[in-house]
Amino acid sequence: MFLLEAKDICKRYADHHALSNVSLQIPRQSIFGLLGPNGAGKTTLIRIITSILQADSGTVWLNGEELNRNHIQSIGYLPEERGLYKKMRVGEQLLYLARLKGLARSLAIERIRLWLKKLDMLEWSHKNIEDLSKGMQQKIQFIATVLHQPNLIILDEPFSGFDPINVNIIKDEILELREMGATIIFSTHRMESVESLCDHIALINKSHKILDGPKQDIKRQYRTNTFEIEHIGPIVHLKEGYEIIEDQALENNQFHTMIRIPGDHNPNLLLKDLITQTEIHRFSEVIPSMNEIFISKVREYHE
Amino acid sequence: MNKILLVVKREYVTRVRKRSFIIMTLLTPILFASLIGALLWIATMDQGEEKIITVIDDSGLFKDKFQSTNELHFQYLEKDLEMAKSEFKDRLGSDALLYIPELDIQKPFGILLYSESNPHFGVINKIENTLEQEIERIKMKQLGVDQQTLDNIETQVSLTTLSLTSDGEKKSNAEATFGTAYVSSLLIYFFLFLYGVQVMKGVIEEKYNRIVEVIISSIKPFQLMMGKILGIAAVGLTQFLVWVILSFVVTSAGISIMGLKQDPAEIIGDSAVLDSPGARDPGIWEMMETIPFTYVMVTFIIYFLGGYFLYASLFAVVGSAVDSDADSQQFMFPITIPLIISIVALGFVLNDPDGQIAFWMSMIPLTSPVIMLGRIPFGVPFWQLAVSVMLLVGGFIFTTWVAGRIYRVGILTHGSRVGYKTLTKWFFQNY
Repeated sequence: MFLLEAKDICKRYADHHALSNVSLQIPRQSIFGLLGPNGAGKTTLIRIITSILQADSGTVWLNGEELNRNHIQSIGYLPEERGLYKKMRVGEQLLYLARLKGLARSLAIERIRLWLKKLDMLEWSHKNIEDLSKGMQQKIQFIATVLHQPNLIILDEPFSGFDPINVNIIKDEILELREMGATIIFSTHRMESVESLCDHIALINKSHKILDGPKQDIKRQYRTNTFEIEHIGPIVHLKEGYEIIEDQALENNQFHTMIRIPGDHNPNLLLKDLITQTEIHRFSEVIPSMNEIFISKVREYHE
Repeated sequence: MNKILLVVKREYVTRVRKRSFIIMTLLTPILFASLIGALLWIATMDQGEEKIITVIDDSGLFKDKFQSTNELHFQYLEKDLEMAKSEFKDRLGSDALLYIPELDIQKPFGILLYSESNPHFGVINKIENTLEQEIERIKMKQLGVDQQTLDNIETQVSLTTLSLTSDGEKKSNAEATFGTAYVSSLLIYFFLFLYGVQVMKGVIEEKYNRIVEVIISSIKPFQLMMGKILGIAAVGLTQFLVWVILSFVVTSAGISIMGLKQDPAEIIGDSAVLDSPGARDPGIWEMMETIPFTYVMVTFIIYFLGGYFLYASLFAVVGSAVDSDADSQQFMFPITIPLIISIVALGFVLNDPDGQIAFWMSMIPLTSPVIMLGRIPFGVPFWQLAVSVMLLVGGFIFTTWVAGRIYRVGILTHGSRVGYKTLTKWFFQNY
């Protein structure tokens, strides 16, 4: 069921805690958003999963097995701080990185060709990395991450430095990789890509996990039963307990109003009440964005 | 293990393929050989030119005593000194004018040699020798020694030095031994420095480029470090071997082209000085034969590798601790101190290769590569060599272990100013 499970991971450096009892469950074939402010411990957690660091205590299971050096081949990692050898040719560099992951030479060459072709970079294969634009270098790094067909792909801020066109190309590739069976851990603080890509999220702040679960559940949980209404003609009377949070008169007798209703009431009750007083042009529930949840949770934690 | 080989291969191939490496590897021995060739050539040129010396002998003691040779032709002139001075160059076609006034043979002062340019050392020597011999002869005659007795007295001695080893007697030569010791010490110093710094630069490059985190998610940091160190060692060995082979080829080719079948030493050493019969210095080739080259080369390679592993791992630590080349100075300094001390002490060691300083410095792993190479051509007892190599191996295993522990933390740490305290902390940090 879960591709990766982490239980009670602790890691301390000399002067501070990087992770305190962090547990995670990452479902197979999901895109898992690992969120948190800078310095929260995301990178440390990723480095533990990739065996770059060792946890002081706690266990990580991958595919039901306790994490060991053999798992290196089934993990692809694109670090936030990433680079390539400037003086090496594109093809050679990819071959070197693929071989380090244990891929056989001939297979690696074949896959490098396929990927370069797919991302429209085949003619760059014999160029030195330093001759490539930054966006092209990022594509090469992405290819290097997935060449060995890992089960688990870890992308740390994958879109930083990409132009919008390339962001879309890479997004499509990520979705396709998931379709083919890969599980993706996606670490970022850019919430718009979380909204569009992630199925599950976990929020880490100051070494503690403060929130996790399926994205839809979390959003539902953070609903405030607030509705946004555009209408013609004023609202004159509301049921007890209903509260106008914001209202704004637009031209031609048009209004824009936000109303919060008690938790045990449903939108139909509100509609029923409003229909008799005003002409409704738009009615929608205000669902908190991940950004708002993120900010409010982090703030709440600090208080 | 397989993955270390991949790293070794990458480090080796990318470096050997570089244009700067190819140029330096091919050009250095050619430059060196051409320099020697040019010296030999100048020496032969010098030999061909005949110098004419005009002699005015007012004392009458040296009539026909100056023997003309290939290089020096003496002509006698019965003329006034002042007149000869004005015309010895143009009218007489002479290079120098030797004036011998009336002499008191007990105090032979006032002999003068005029020439336009500074006369050659060999010329002066030759003239002085002849004058001294002649005056001595006259004195001997006055004391009643006849010519035959004088001829019998004349003796020439030339020492042949032999080194006595367990393998028997071998011809040895102090100059060649000294030269070999000096050159191999300097060369290993140069190699340790050059390739140690390359390791450091490689580590900085990986850290600065941020490729290191990608790589250590595939292999252990220690594997990456060792792969780099081994790969660069292979580059160093390649360069050394190419140099040895090329120097040999170019030198022998050059000598056969110039038709120098004779001893180059005979050409370099001025024959005006060395012409006394029987007093020949052994030639360069003869000298070279007295040095056990294979032995020197094998020990060179052993000490190069041992010393290199020792220093390279220290240089790798420096590379991992800093963010850029510019920051590396403060850490490089303490590493280079033992190397510099070795070079400074080399003078003492060569003068006293079995002394206390030489012995202890050739045992301490940080100084042993340079110092031991300086001692080897003079002959080192086998047990000393064995202990020194063992200490060196132990030394580099220790430094590599320490380096590995600091390196794995350092390569992932950016942007903090690192001091020795931090390095110690990294060493003890659990991972």
